[in-house]
Amino acid sequence: MEKRLEYPFDKEKLAELKAGDSVLISGTIYTARDAAHKRIVEMLERGEEPPFEIKGSIIYYVGPTPAKPGRPIGSAGPTTSYRMDAYAPTLLDLGQAAMIGKGQRSDEVKEAAVRNGAVYFAAIGGAAALIAQSVKSAEVIAFEDLGAEAVRKLEVVDFPAMVVIDAQGNDQYEIGRKAYNSR
Amino acid sequence: MRELNVEAITEAIAKMAVEVNSYLSEDVCDAIAKCKAEEDWPIAEEILDKIQQNIEIAKNDFVPLCQDTGFACVFMEVGQDVHFVGGNIEDAVNEGVRRGYTDGYLRKSVVKDPIRRGNTGDNTPAHIHYEIVPGDKVKITLAPKGFGSENMSQIKMFAPSAGEEGVKDFIVKCVEDAGANPCPPIVVGVGIGGTFDRAALMAKQALLVPLDEPNPDKYYADMEEELLERINKLGIGPQGFGGKTTALGVKIKTYPTHIAGMPVAVNINCHVSRHKEVVL
Repeated sequence: MEKRLEYPFDKEKLAELKAGDSVLISGTIYTARDAAHKRIVEMLERGEEPPFEIKGSIIYYVGPTPAKPGRPIGSAGPTTSYRMDAYAPTLLDLGQAAMIGKGQRSDEVKEAAVRNGAVYFAAIGGAAALIAQSVKSAEVIAFEDLGAEAVRKLEVVDFPAMVVIDAQGNDQYEIGRKAYNSR
Repeated sequence: MRELNVEAITEAIAKMAVEVNSYLSEDVCDAIAKCKAEEDWPIAEEILDKIQQNIEIAKNDFVPLCQDTGFACVFMEVGQDVHFVGGNIEDAVNEGVRRGYTDGYLRKSVVKDPIRRGNTGDNTPAHIHYEIVPGDKVKITLAPKGFGSENMSQIKMFAPSAGEEGVKDFIVKCVEDAGANPCPPIVVGVGIGGTFDRAALMAKQALLVPLDEPNPDKYYADMEEELLERINKLGIGPQGFGGKTTALGVKIKTYPTHIAGMPVAVNINCHVSRHKEVVL
């Protein structure tokens, strides 16, 4: 049974989530992948304002395909998260509430998630047409020159994801595989 | 000499680019269905079901299966009796990719320099491999390659003493190292022999072989089967959350090699294993 989560997330609700929980996320999420993360962290280093408020934000690692006419967005599944590991702890320490991507994370990211009570969700990689159905609107808000990698503000309803790293640092990739192999 | 206007190649590639990104070939759909039927882990079944739903949506709505519509890998088998007219063949291929990706609402995922980056804006250039073959036809295979799985690929130059066991252990280890990252269930393309570059090329070409087509060499057909079994005992499962279905298939291509060497390349593809061909 999926748990419904509404943005903004409150810390207590995030702390209740357990690795392995299926969730449906609704509200505002921001897209950023490799190039956008690099730029955001460089802006922060220079003391500039990032393109959106990092505190409390949900960042989805995605570079969607262009929207066909009449649609809010093209196909929009998660990209592999470890490439953001170099940048994620900085953003988590600024209060980023959640990350959405796919694949394993570094110990540094896990520690930063635990330290800040943040959560890492995975969406199904390669199920981009299905996932896109939960995106109701999309607007490029920064780095338009990056094309697919521009930062977009998305409004989503019942975006399907799973808790992979919970605020206690449990990792569903480890738990799931171990459980399967000892069944 | 048969004359072939390169505009035909541009048109064929543009058309294939859009189709190959929305329609998954039957062999891959069948493999997913077969794995789902044999899966014994609830979350794994659930994920395979969502993957099947995604295939249906992409087909019915004619939208890309995956947002990573890939680096356009183009394999050209050019008959030696063909004379290209109407322009430069490489330009024609790239124009096909440009048109397909621009008019077809596909993602532009190519940067013009590996270190300095900078998106080229039209998904060109393609990665083109030419082969001269007998005859007067041109076979074009387009295989858009996503990089989540490409990044998990590996190559190793073994000493011959590593033997069959060394090769097999390396292939399984590549899948283990990749874990959840390449969007399992994956397809494993393997190139053994040749030179450093030849092994990598064969690994990619192995991904073009239909999953239901066994290796013509019984020795390697058995090895493919054994490797698939070993890989599916790792327990990584669909998306890495545990389960039987880690790989949909293992495909091996080989070539004679040097007395001193045994190169092995492993090219990993995700479940959105795309390739389409046309003969002109």
